[in-house]
Formats: sequence, C-alpha cells, structure tokens
Amino acid sequence: MHLPCPCCGPRDLREFTHKGADDYLRRPAPDAPPEAWDDYLHTRANPAGRTRDLWYHDPCGTWIAVTRDTVTHAVIGATGLEDAQ
Amino acid sequence: MRFNALRVLKEGLTGNRGWRPHWRKPAPKPEYDMLIIGGGGHGLATAWYLARNHGVTNIAVLEKGYLGGGNIGRNTTIVRANYFLPGNSEFYSHSLKLWEGLEADLNYNVMHSQRGLINLFHSDGQRDAFARRGNAMLAQGDDAILLGRDELRTLLPCLDYDQARFPIYGGLYHKRGGTARHDAVAWGYARAADARGVDLIENCEVTGITVNAGKVIGVTTSRGEIRARKVGIVTAGRSSQVATMAGLRLPIESHVLQAFVTEGLKPCLDHVVAFGMGHFYISQSDKGGLVFGGDLDFYASYAARGNLPTVEHVMEAGMTLMPMIGRAKVLRSWGGIMDMTPDGSPIIDRTPIDGLYLDAGWCYGGFKAVPASGWCMAHLMATDQPHPVARRFRLDRFATGELLDEEGTGSQHNLH
Amino acid sequence: MKRRATGGSALTRARKLGFSFDGRNLQGLQGDTLASALLANGVRLVGRSFKYHRPRGVLTAGSEEPNALLEVLRDGVFHPNVRATVQELHMGLQARAQNCWPSVRRDVMAVNDLLAPFLGAGFYYKTFMWPRAFWEGLYEPLIRRAAGLGRLPQTPQDAPHERAFAFCDLLVIGAGPTGLMAALTAARAGADVIVCDEDRQFGGRLLSDTGQIDGIAGADWAAQVVTELHALPNVRLMARTSVVGAYDGGVYGALERVALHVTAPGHAPRECFWRITAQRTILAAGALERPIAHPGNDRPGVMLLSAVASYWHRWAIDPGRVVVFGNTDHALATARALAADGMNIRAYVDPRTDLGTDAPFALRAGAEVVATHGRHGLGAVTLRQKGRDIRIEADTLALAGGWNPSLHLACHMNGRPSWDTAIAAFVPRPGMVPGMDVAGAAAGRFSTHAALHDGARAAAESLAELGLTSPDLPLPLAEDAPYAIAPLWQVAAPGRAWLDFANDVTTKDVAQAAREGFASVEHMKRYTTQGMAPDQGKSSNMGALAVLADATGGTIPDTGTTTFRPPFVPVSIAALGAGGHGKSFAPERRITSDAQVRAMGAPMLEAGLWYRPSHFPQAGDRDWRDACNREVLHVRHAVGVCDVSTLGKIDVQGPNAARFLDFVYTNTMSSLRPGRVRYGLMLREDGHVMDDGTCARLGEQHFLITTTTAAAGEVMRHLDFVQQAFCADWRVRLGSVTEHWAQFAVAGPLADDLLARVLDVPPALPFMGCAGVTVGGVAARLFRISFSGERGYELAVPARFGAALFRGLLALAEGMGGGAYGLEALNVLRIEKGFVTHAEIDGRVTAFDLGMAGMVSAKKDCIGKAASQRPGLHGPERLQLVGLRPVAHGTEIAAGAHLYAPDAPATAPHGQGHTTSVAYSPTLERWLGLALLRDGRARHGSMMRLDDGLRGRQAAVEICNPVFFDPDGGRMRG
Repeated sequence: MHLPCPCCGPRDLREFTHKGADDYLRRPAPDAPPEAWDDYLHTRANPAGRTRDLWYHDPCGTWIAVTRDTVTHAVIGATGLEDAQ
Repeated sequence: MRFNALRVLKEGLTGNRGWRPHWRKPAPKPEYDMLIIGGGGHGLATAWYLARNHGVTNIAVLEKGYLGGGNIGRNTTIVRANYFLPGNSEFYSHSLKLWEGLEADLNYNVMHSQRGLINLFHSDGQRDAFARRGNAMLAQGDDAILLGRDELRTLLPCLDYDQARFPIYGGLYHKRGGTARHDAVAWGYARAADARGVDLIENCEVTGITVNAGKVIGVTTSRGEIRARKVGIVTAGRSSQVATMAGLRLPIESHVLQAFVTEGLKPCLDHVVAFGMGHFYISQSDKGGLVFGGDLDFYASYAARGNLPTVEHVMEAGMTLMPMIGRAKVLRSWGGIMDMTPDGSPIIDRTPIDGLYLDAGWCYGGFKAVPASGWCMAHLMATDQPHPVARRFRLDRFATGELLDEEGTGSQHNLH
Repeated sequence: MKRRATGGSALTRARKLGFSFDGRNLQGLQGDTLASALLANGVRLVGRSFKYHRPRGVLTAGSEEPNALLEVLRDGVFHPNVRATVQELHMGLQARAQNCWPSVRRDVMAVNDLLAPFLGAGFYYKTFMWPRAFWEGLYEPLIRRAAGLGRLPQTPQDAPHERAFAFCDLLVIGAGPTGLMAALTAARAGADVIVCDEDRQFGGRLLSDTGQIDGIAGADWAAQVVTELHALPNVRLMARTSVVGAYDGGVYGALERVALHVTAPGHAPRECFWRITAQRTILAAGALERPIAHPGNDRPGVMLLSAVASYWHRWAIDPGRVVVFGNTDHALATARALAADGMNIRAYVDPRTDLGTDAPFALRAGAEVVATHGRHGLGAVTLRQKGRDIRIEADTLALAGGWNPSLHLACHMNGRPSWDTAIAAFVPRPGMVPGMDVAGAAAGRFSTHAALHDGARAAAESLAELGLTSPDLPLPLAEDAPYAIAPLWQVAAPGRAWLDFANDVTTKDVAQAAREGFASVEHMKRYTTQGMAPDQGKSSNMGALAVLADATGGTIPDTGTTTFRPPFVPVSIAALGAGGHGKSFAPERRITSDAQVRAMGAPMLEAGLWYRPSHFPQAGDRDWRDACNREVLHVRHAVGVCDVSTLGKIDVQGPNAARFLDFVYTNTMSSLRPGRVRYGLMLREDGHVMDDGTCARLGEQHFLITTTTAAAGEVMRHLDFVQQAFCADWRVRLGSVTEHWAQFAVAGPLADDLLARVLDVPPALPFMGCAGVTVGGVAARLFRISFSGERGYELAVPARFGAALFRGLLALAEGMGGGAYGLEALNVLRIEKGFVTHAEIDGRVTAFDLGMAGMVSAKKDCIGKAASQRPGLHGPERLQLVGLRPVAHGTEIAAGAHLYAPDAPATAPHGQGHTTSVAYSPTLERWLGLALLRDGRARHGSMMRLDDGLRGRQAAVEICNPVFFDPDGGRMRG
C-alpha cells in the first residue's frame, strides 16, 4: 500500500503511523458534556467501505487525512490536516 | 450419536457409512425465544450454554455464511489465562477452567493441549511487569512460574540467547496455557447445541434488527423475518455493521491481524512462546505447521488480508527470537478482522435497546475466551443480569472511565 | 525410467554431477533437477504421504509438486520439505527421503495404511477424549510424532539471505508464450519491464512440447525473444523467481532462489525476497494440469502427462511403457506428439467415446483406469472399457484431467473467480487485482496462438494505461487447436481414489465429510485437511470441489472455491525476515559516551533503541549492587556524572509557543520566565498520563522540552498532531533535537565546584534555572534541574562535543571523590526521592493517581483534561502512588509483588495493589519501594503484607509518603 504524502509524494505504508478515524479532528469544546467527549474518544462509525482516517508520515512529521476504502484498501486521496478540517 | 473410540472402530468396519451430520440444516422458524446473530465460536458457545445451563432451547443461531467461518476459523489457537487486571483476570480464569472440561462437556475432541505458554521478557522493567502479572495469576488461583534465563535455556534451547538485539532475561511460564484445534471448537459447540434442539441456520444473513418502542421484536434476514424478544449480537469483526442495524454506534474500530503457518514439520517446538519486544508468538500445531503471528497491520480494515511491512516485521522477529525457524517455509498467510475497543477488553452487556444484547470487542484475544464468553453471554441473555466474572465488560465503561487497559496504551483503538 | 541416450534440452551432457539420495551415490547431469536426476537413475519411490505413509513418487515437474518433498543438505544441515522438482542438481548434492523410518522402502508407519478405515476424515475429533490426562501425555505426542513432514534442524539459520526492492512500469509474471509476447511488446515500446519466471529457463511450456512458432521450434522462438529482451536496458529478466503474493498498491512479493543451485555459495545470498512495485502487471502464469481421481492413482509411476512430456523433452527421461489417461483433445494431441517423438505409449484411455481411429497406440475410447498395480511403483494398470477390465503392463501412467488456470495471484485480494463451463475450470474475472491483467492460459486461453495473441493484447492495454504507444509487432504464427474437454472428476470404481496426495485425502473422505454435514467447501477443506498440505491443493482442490459438489448434489460454481492466500509457493522465513537476524532486528542508538563507558567495563542496557550503561564495576565488587551503591553515594556525598542524552528533546519556537505548551501540558508554561525551567505533565487525550519532563524557556518565543527516553517518539507524534489538527493557524513550530545535543547530569554537593572548572564563565543559576554557557568556547546549555534530589545540573553541548565533554567531566568528578553513575544508580536515586518513571506511569495512571491532580490547571483547557474528569478516574478505588518500606530493614523486596491487608489471603478479591519499583537505598540503608495502592494516599502509616508468591517471598511493609529522602527538597534547592 502506498499513501500520498502532501510533502513527499506517494510513499510506502511502512513510513506511516496510523491513528484512527478522522473523528479525532472534531475535538469537543472544553465544556462539552461528557457524552460528547465519550463519543469523540471512543465511538466510531467504523464503516466497511469508504472512510477517512489519520496517518502520520514519520520521516517528515506531517499528519494527513487519507480517504480510502477499508474493504478493498483502495486509496482515494489524502490531504494535510489544515485542508482536512 | 456419541463419539468414542468404539464408534470409530465400528464405523471403520462398516465402511464409515453410519456417520450422521454433525448438526441439522433446519429452515428458520418464524419465531424463537431468542436469536443469536453470528455462528462463530462465541455465538455457538452462547447457544450451547443457553441450552445447557439455562434450559433455553427454542433459539436459533443465524449465520451469514458457514458456521465457524469468522475469527474462530482463522486464529493462532492460543488458550491462556494470564491477564492481570481485575475484571479480565477472573473471566479468563473461568474460561480456562471451562476449556479443561470442554471435551467431556461437548463429547468432541477439540484437542485442547496444555503444553505451556512462555512469555519472554527482555529488560528489568518487563520482568517487573510480568512479575505483577504472574502474581495476579497466582492470586486468581491459576498457575505461573517466573523463569530465569538459565532455566529457560533448558526448556527452550532453540532461542537466540546470545546474539539477539533484545536479550532474553527470562520468561513467565504458564503451564496450563496452550492451544486447541480452532475449527473443532466451533463444530463441537455446534454439534452439542444442535443436539439440544438449537437451530443453527447457515447462509442466513441478518439484514435488519426490528425495534419497536425501544424494544427488540425480531430480525429480518436473507431467509425471511424471524421474531424474538431477545436478540444477541455476537459478530465480533462485524459488530459495528450489525449494531448499526439497530441504530447503535459502538466504541469499536475494525483492524486486520495477520497470521502465518509453515509447512508441516516433525515436532520441534513443544510450547507456545511469545516474544514481547518483537510482538511475535509461535506454537506448533499437531499437524506439524508452525503457527505464528505478530502485531496488527494498524490500519482500519475489513479486508481480512494484510500487507508486506507487517509480514516482514513478523518474520524478522521470528528470526531474531528463534533463528532455527529460518529454514521453515511459510505456507499460508491470512488475516482476520478484529473488533478493537478503546481499552483492549471486550464488551458483554445489554444495549440501550430492550432485549438486545452485545458480545463484542474481542480485539485479538477472542479465541481463548470462547467458553467463558458463551457462558456469560448466555447468563446475561437468560437472566438479564451480568455474570459475576464478566461484570466489568460494560458498554458504558469508556464513558465512566472504569477501563480495563491491560496494555496501558490508552483510548486509541489500534494500540491494544 | 531411464535416461535416453540423446536429447534433453535442459541438459549439458558433458558435465556429470555426482549426488546422493538416502546415502546411495548417483550421477546426474548439469541442467537436471533433483527430480529428473532421480528419475534418470530409476528412482521412483521418493517419499511417504502424510497420514497413511503410502509410497509416493514424482507427480509433476514444477513447484506445485505434492509428493517429491525431500530433505536436502545445505550449509551443513538437511533442510526439510525441498521440492525435488524445483531443486536444481549441483555437484555433491545430498538428499534424503523424509517422513519415513527406518527407510523410504520399509517405513514402519505404513501400518497406518492398514488402519485407514479408522483414520478417515476427522477421526481424531471423535476419540482420544478419555481419560482426560492422556491427551497431553500420550495421544497428542503420538499424533505429533506421526504427523509433520521433514525435520527442522535445531540450529540457527545464519546463511545469508537478502531482501530487495524493485520498481517497474510493467511486471510480467511468467515467461511462457504469453509472458514473452507481452514483455516483448512492452519492452519495444520503451516501458520499464520486469519479467519473473519460476524456472531456470524462460519459455514455459514451449520448453516441453514440439509445437512451432513462426516455423521454428517454440523453444527456439523463446530463446530468440529472451536474447532480445536481455539486450534491452529497460528490461530485467528474473529467472528462478516466483511471484508469491499480490498486495495493495501494485506491490508484489517475489522469491528469487539465488544460490540454492550452487554447491558452495559462499557469501552469496541463498534466497532474496523482492518487493516489486509495478504500475501494471500481467499475470501470465500459465495453467496447472490436474490428475484424475481413480482407484490407486497415488502409486509411484503415476504422473501428470505434462510432467511426462517435460521430463522427456527437457531432461531426456524415458518413462518406459506408458498408459495415458486423459479427457481432452489436448491430451490426445500430446500423446500423439510424444509417440511421434519415440515414446512407448501403449494405450490412450479416455472416457469419451469418439476419439477417431488413427493413432500409433491403442485408443481406448469410453474407458477409464480403475486400478493400478505394483508395490513401490507402478507395474500395470487395469482399465475398464464397456464393462470389461483390461490389464496393461506399464511403468508410467500419465494423467491428463484437464487444466486449471494458474490464477492464484489474481485471487489474493479476495476476488472470487468465475466458472467457465467450456474448459471446466475457474477463470479470473477482470479487475480482481487493481492494475493486473490476466492473460493466456492463466485466463483459460490455452492454445499457443491464443497465448501469443492474449499476451500482445494485455501488453497493448497496459501500454495505453501507461501512456506509451504500442509497437507494431506482427503476431507470430502458432497452433490454435481446440481444447475440448469432457470433465471427469472421479472414476466410479471400488478402491480408494486420491485427491490430495500429500495429505492423503480420498474421494471417500470428501463424501464422508459431506455426509457428516460439512457441505460447505470451507468446512470440507477443514474437516478433511484437503488442500492444506505444502502444495496447498494446487493439483487437487478443483477435483475435491467437484467431488463435493457431486456428493451434495450442487453445481461446482455454487459450491465455490476456498480462499486463495499468499504465498503462491512456500517462502522460507529466512528470506521473508532477511535482515532480522540477531542484532540487526532493530537499529541501535548510541550515546556519545558509548565507547568510553564500554571501555570502563559498564554492562549496557537496552533503553528503547538506545544503549545505556548499567553501572561501572570496579575491582573488588561482589556484584552490581556494590557498584550501584558506590555510585549513589558519590552523588549523595560528592559528585556524579551521568549521560542523559537519551531523553527526548523537542525545540518549540514561535510567537504562540507558550500558548501551545499551555495546551499540551496540564500546567501553565506561559507564565514561565525566560531562563527558567518547569516540571511538566502531559496527558493523553483520554486523561491518563502520557509522559513527564521538563520545559525550559530559553527565550520569549523559544522553549526546549524534554521527554522520557521511552516516550520520545510518541510525544513528538502527539505534539505534531495537536499542532496540525487543532492549532494549525498558530505561529509555532516544533522540531526534535534529541540527537543534536549530548547532555550530562552533574549531581551532588560538589556539582558547583565541578562546573566551575568546566564552564568558561559559570553562571549563578537558581534551582530550576537555565542559561546559555560556553565550555572551552563551545556554546552549551546549562539547566539546574535534578532527578537525583541533589544539587544538580544538566549540561548540554552539540553532540559532536559529547564524548570530549564526558571525558572531562568524568576526570574532574573522579578527582573530587565522585565518578560516573549508571542507570541502576539513577534508578535508586530517583526512588529515594519518589520520582516516577514509566514503571509508575504505565499508561493506566492519572495525575490524580500520582498525587498530581493539582498540576492540572483549573484555569485553562489542555489535552486530556476533559476526559480526566470521568468519575472512574477519581476516588478511593483508584490505585494511588505510595512509598513502602519493609518493617525489617534488611528484607529484600521485588517489583511486581502484590499488596494485601496483613491478615487477608493472597487471593484476587483481596488484592490492594502492587509494587512498581524497588531499590536498596545505600543512603537510608534499607529497602524501599514505590507502589500503586488502592486509596493509597489515605493509608500512609498503615501496615500491609507484600506477597510475591511468584518468588515465594512475603514481607510486612509500612505504607508511607513516596518521598523517602530529603522530603522538603532542601538539598536540590539549596
């Protein structure tokens, strides 16, 4: 599998660290109710199919949001986090 | 039909024509007392213990494909009770005791082999953590022995004690740990449950869970609607998809775990060995193949297959731990879909929907849990009360913070 | 079986090679495989089957061989499960049969065959259950000893293996007519092409038949194409290379047998595992012939017709008197061609009734083979024609049950093939593997013409995808004969008919499985072990599937296939894990003082990827504790020097740096003044402690933070995430500078005196102050921080000066009655002070648990704050950090022991916590421990029992404040 790093171009899977679904980008407000934090930290749509998840390109330190398919492993695209919000 | 040596002899003399199907192939009835979605190890065990422990036999197990076709059919078959957190410890201890009586219970040889499991440690810090674990196992009434390097050398001469990148300091030896023949576990439970009248319905995909006023009333399937007031979701690997049918979102992310088997070899490894620094574990099957695996691929996946970086890393770990295995050849690799939870421990609990129960989140430790999971899920469905040894496997523990994080890696699903 | 006097395209007759089999010295020729050499010497019996220990002979001429698995001597030991059909002969090769005792001819375990009626499918699930204790003690060891194939030597595999990477526009898998045509087309268009073939020679089946292409022998045509390809700079030809797996993103794994055919390979890698990344791929792996399940079909001497043809043409093996049993026009045509070439074919047997009349051998139409005869090898076959049994003396029975496209790689991504009735086989569907096209016989197009045509087509389509122009290449002329198959899956006759020769699965086993309800193909496979032998059922799965469909009354496509999984052929772990042996498993990170501390005799400990000195032994030490105690006392009474460079160091700069640090630390860093340092606690977003360290403000917009050694990578990833995900518009930048600085702790009452002699201008730093300094003119940084509880500093210089600085510091310290201290002393010093490390911060611990809840600022948000407020993370049920000391000072205690009330039993329900770190304190002259104890802070002063059942030790302990020494911190502050 190769992922497109916005800095470095397509790179091999072994250079990346996976964090999880892009839910991690939608951090609740500090005073949001506990349910919102529970949801944010733990609950996942976990789709069989198209997903968007977060990866760290270790060599260059860039976090990216990758759109890909969890069933076929097809990689559709990726952006840096600034564009992913 | 009871299985025993005499029966094998008799059938052998009469052309093996008298064998009957292990289980019936019934058509689904329109209504049951209870339904179990998922004909894997956990679902079949749930059915068996519902029938045997609670006398609930008007039940059906609904399986999308063939029985035992999920993770029970593609794991590395390790059975152990070496957890240390209260909540896990008593559960897996209970499970191991059930394993020890399983053949007699089911009248089926699942080849449960207590050949001993050895967890290696590679630093003082790891030894301390394993000492904590070992003491917890003893406190739970299970067995554990702390082995030094020299004792270990006698037991496992094939490890690399002198050149390895992470030297082997010793190991935690769990004598009652071992392996079992994974498929046979599914078939044994299936056959026993069927004999008690449980309908095992294969090729029956659940397509919807029908809920009325907050209560479950049945399911829709590829073979029609089936009514029931209690429905258990026991579909680890696919829990999120099935729960979605009832409008539930779960604290689960699905990941791929690869495993490997070599060509058959004469006996060369008598224990299960786990190598902490390299995330590598290995045993030899009764057929002679070395069965081994490592870490997750780490990305969410339903593909049941992985990629080469993980493959190569697992092999490197094997080479550094046990360099003799370099001459063995990998025959087959495969991947399973793991329900990863935010603390690495499972869920056996009611759901917010009345009559809908959940047995999920087994991460990659579900095989050894099969008996206790079935036992506790059956207890929950029959009595509406959590079984004492599974009382901490609550669905709301992530919200409350009463976590069971054996790895200590936190709420990121793939780190457990 | 014997060698013909002439012929054999693979052979170099002039070069004879001595080799041995089971201790018999034999002779082969250069170009032989081990299988062909054995056959040339008349050796038909080469092994025993897995379960019944039936005699086994060579079935195929390729990597799909189920039978001829031998042990072969390499690098001084016998390697198990070597396929004789793939192993090339070399001078002095030694081979022996496996899975037999005492010899392959007289194998004691062959008694199993007599017990076969009781050892059918799944017999072991039904017995061996009583008495319970006999399983591990008796039954299982017996089963294990009987099972298995070759013996794995118990010595390390340290012969060289390699791993390599390659990239190309087009990967062509298989170099038969399809692959060569495709490669030629793409190569002429200028594409970067890699061609892999399992064989030593390119040409595929063209090497094993007499057909012509463009008027010349097929093999000659192949040689011409290879010559052209070889000369092209954009083509890499990889012989002896099996592509074994298809992975995501156009990645393929391939195994190259580099030096397995060499007598003395020296330093050459034995095998190389390639990871090939291809834009496009053409799978041209051909097809595998399948046998026919008839009674007695497993006897040595029964071979596939394609193998008989290969051994004839390539290795000049005369199979003696041959009976061919086939069911396709292709089989008949092959028999005709072989007979025309001089082979003694006595009969051609075919269930079809219309075969014509004109043949140089007896045509047995409407006939089937119903039995074979001979003990260790075939002597005769019985065929049945119109109800009449006819016995024919024969040395070889050549089976030709049709062809299965070699579509394995196309199915590695879960794609399921479709059933093609015309050829009675599964064929790939388009798009099963992205970027892969399947062509030629692998796609079910069997004639040579179809192969060439399809290869050219596939290449043209790939070139279009690659944006290249196809060359104008005329299609060579070749045969285009029809295949015409009448499927024959099993012969209905009494006796056992084998499907899986290796695992001993017969048609009866499959039928019995179906009878027992194992009607799904996966169930049948798992119940009978069909297809689970080393050949993965390459020649038998299809037949078993058909027999199952027949037994269940289903159709073959409805019954479906089992899953195809990598690798296509077994791959040694040494090749897949090349580079993982010994020290090379993980990188080694070394501190700048590494050479010096090793020279001082310090044993090195692994700390993550780093090595750190454990202690510095001296003459007269009884053990490491003497050294450790000495080093601790150096620090407490004089001055000690310790290399602490492994701590993670992260440079944080920018106008919003302070704001950022406020967000990632629980406490406030923005209020820190330049020139000051603060202890900081970082949480994971789930509210647990991630790491601790120091944060130094070097300037208004410039901070340097430290992490623990173990967590450096995780913290860096975390900070990058927080910055890029939540603060992307803040003006702050982060960089790891761990390797840039060598850093040394200088600690003890004489630390100031020592530094006064090192620093050009020693500054007067307050406790938790920092400043830029110079050391011999080199710009350095000085932090007054202490992990020992003594007056202490950490002095950092650019890494290239680290070794020199350590030397200087050490000499001065020793002159002042101190010296170097290692990891053990560092640990004792911090335990005496109750400072935590990852032994305590084990990922389940919160600030509350550590007694640091007050460090979570109420005035601001921070990562982890919200989740840390969950009810389950607070209260008396939590395990909290405490100190403990044995009531009897000399009682040794250990980490990992559990705590109980003095009178409570050591059982799980009564567990109260455990020790995390322990040390003998030379300062206080007693054992000390840190522990996590339920409601621990409320239990200071109480007595408990420490139980270490694992090591058979117990101790009465007193719970106390975790700071044992200098609790008010006067020594480090003063």
